[in-house]
Amino acid sequence: MDPFLDPLLIVALALNFVALGVSRIRGVIDAVALQGILLGVFPLSLHHDIGARSILLMVVTVALKGFIIPRFLIHAMREADIQHEVRPVVSCMNSLLLGAAGTGLALVFSSTLPLAEQHTNMLIVPASLATVWTGFLLLTGRRKAISQVLGYLLLENGIFLFGMLLLEAMPFLVEIGVLLDLFTGVFVMGIIIHHISREISSISTEYLTELKE
Amino acid sequence: MLYILVLFPLAMAAATFALPSNRWRPWLLPVGALVYLGLAAVAIFPTGEQEALWGMEGWLRLDALGKVVLGLLAVLFFLCTLYAPAYLAVRLDRPNRVFCANLFVVLAMMTLVVFSHHLGLMWVAMEATTLASAPLLYFEHNARSLEATWKYLLIGSVGIALALFGSFFLAYSSIKAGLQSTLLFEQLVEIAPKLSPPWLHAAFVLLFIGYGTKMGLAPMHTWKPDAYGEAPGLVGTLLAGGLTSCAFLAILRIYQICRAGSEAEHAREILVVAGLLSMAVAAVFLARQRDFKRMLAYSSVEHMGILVLGIGLGGLAVYGALLHLINNALTKGVLFLSAGNIHRAYGSKVTDNVAGALQRVPLSGALFLVGFLAITGSPPFGPFVSEFTIASAAVGSGQVWAGGLFLVLLALVFIGMGTTVLSVVLGNAPPPRSEMEAGAEKRGFRDGFSTGAPILLMLVLVLMLGVYVPPPLESLLRDAAALLEGR
Repeated sequence: MDPFLDPLLIVALALNFVALGVSRIRGVIDAVALQGILLGVFPLSLHHDIGARSILLMVVTVALKGFIIPRFLIHAMREADIQHEVRPVVSCMNSLLLGAAGTGLALVFSSTLPLAEQHTNMLIVPASLATVWTGFLLLTGRRKAISQVLGYLLLENGIFLFGMLLLEAMPFLVEIGVLLDLFTGVFVMGIIIHHISREISSISTEYLTELKE
Repeated sequence: MLYILVLFPLAMAAATFALPSNRWRPWLLPVGALVYLGLAAVAIFPTGEQEALWGMEGWLRLDALGKVVLGLLAVLFFLCTLYAPAYLAVRLDRPNRVFCANLFVVLAMMTLVVFSHHLGLMWVAMEATTLASAPLLYFEHNARSLEATWKYLLIGSVGIALALFGSFFLAYSSIKAGLQSTLLFEQLVEIAPKLSPPWLHAAFVLLFIGYGTKMGLAPMHTWKPDAYGEAPGLVGTLLAGGLTSCAFLAILRIYQICRAGSEAEHAREILVVAGLLSMAVAAVFLARQRDFKRMLAYSSVEHMGILVLGIGLGGLAVYGALLHLINNALTKGVLFLSAGNIHRAYGSKVTDNVAGALQRVPLSGALFLVGFLAITGSPPFGPFVSEFTIASAAVGSGQVWAGGLFLVLLALVFIGMGTTVLSVVLGNAPPPRSEMEAGAEKRGFRDGFSTGAPILLMLVLVLMLGVYVPPPLESLLRDAAALLEGR
């Protein structure tokens, strides 16, 4: 189990840094999509008995995270005609540094959370926490509404990753919960972005600053 | 019975959506709300045999705590819908199909939160309330409400995601302990002492942050000023009184599990600190607040802090907090709806442009002023009683610092809010400065029966609760407090 799972987790962590470091929004979308596909495939490597249910879940997850939602976001991006995150609140370099610091802290913090006997892989919890932190960084550090949605998607990926540990004990509920959250959240946010791009002809939340103290 | 209480509002939502007439649709709201109130009364005060209502193998259940919140939701929703037709009649230019239907959907989902004894289901229902209430915020369809709705959705979704994360941690704490993993509330309380402590602690923190975001506790409150500032008064009341109460209920469930387990001390510390922090943040931002609807949002942050503080202090303060839940919701109703009236009369909600409300809209101005006195804890109104209970419980149980800080912050809030409220109601109305205000003055919104009576009714209830808590309500509150204290 370990030799197969650990490299996947490392790649997922690396994709976090890609998402933080690039300013091309298309690049971030690709990184998040790829991470989603990886995550969808995780259950295969984690559990020995693959039932029809797990296969179905895997297919749905990969389709949703890897293709449907990214397509949707690319379409929104084209409609609003933006390509780059031009002046983020936290620059790409600083985001990378904060992301690295967060990943380190996640590793430290996870050592205080002991895993059950049947879960010998030690990387899942830190990877999950690091991805949640990365998502949070993107969410708070960027101005474009699409980048904020991507941050939210990363956050969800991190939570989904942790849900792997619960897959045996409470399979369906966990995954349905995350997918539902993801789907409805992004769908509704997509609608709002559409309204924003119509109302204000750019989807930078920089312009959504009228409501202030 | 529980199914009916959830399905009925959904059916009403479908009916409201289907009705073609923009003019008559709002009237479905009070009708549906009245029926819902009747159903809720039957559920809360069962006549005879059934003691505890439950369904779906324990996933749904109505316990004492649930009854308090259910009763509050039913009464608050009904009083709001009495105001709705008058408000929507003034706004016939806007299609109100989605608005009215979503009001019922939000009610249904809030009911589901109250009944959920499965933490996963509770989470789904909480998420559903967020999604269903977003279109309500966007009623005005302008850039400002769009910004408010965006912030609300984004921050709310992050909060809900963190709450899911916390629920996962909670489920894992039972796996780590080698037990049958479960998210059923009753089972969790039973196995709580055996749950793995580090996971339980982390779970509580995440769940508190997650559901605390929905409640609007500091520092996750940043969506509140924008959302409550831009929402119609009716929506503000439902959000401030209803949704936050449901989020509070979610936190209470988690607290019950922690208290049964090893986490009681930690949880209470976190609650007290978070409560005082919220009050402090509110006190700071209430000073010199020029927009009186944003002011109400910060008032809401303050009172959410008071609620959590009461629970954290324990003992009699728990009863005080539950009583405060009801007082706060009703008084917020008075404030939001009268603020809405004043906003419409002036076409503006900043104190630069609004003054002399007692002259132009005497009833709404007076209600706004009295509402302010009530919410800041003046006797003989309800909030005075609940806040006094919390304060005396704090001192009585030896937590003098918390109690003292509580009183100081209350005083600061009174001063801060007072300057804004008084500048709105007193003085003379300034000449209109913008197009919107000139239009408002020309339209001449004046107080009427339908826009004034519901607010007056709410105020009467607040006054009554300050002087006399009816015995059925009192025993309900005591049962709920006993549940929280683990007796």
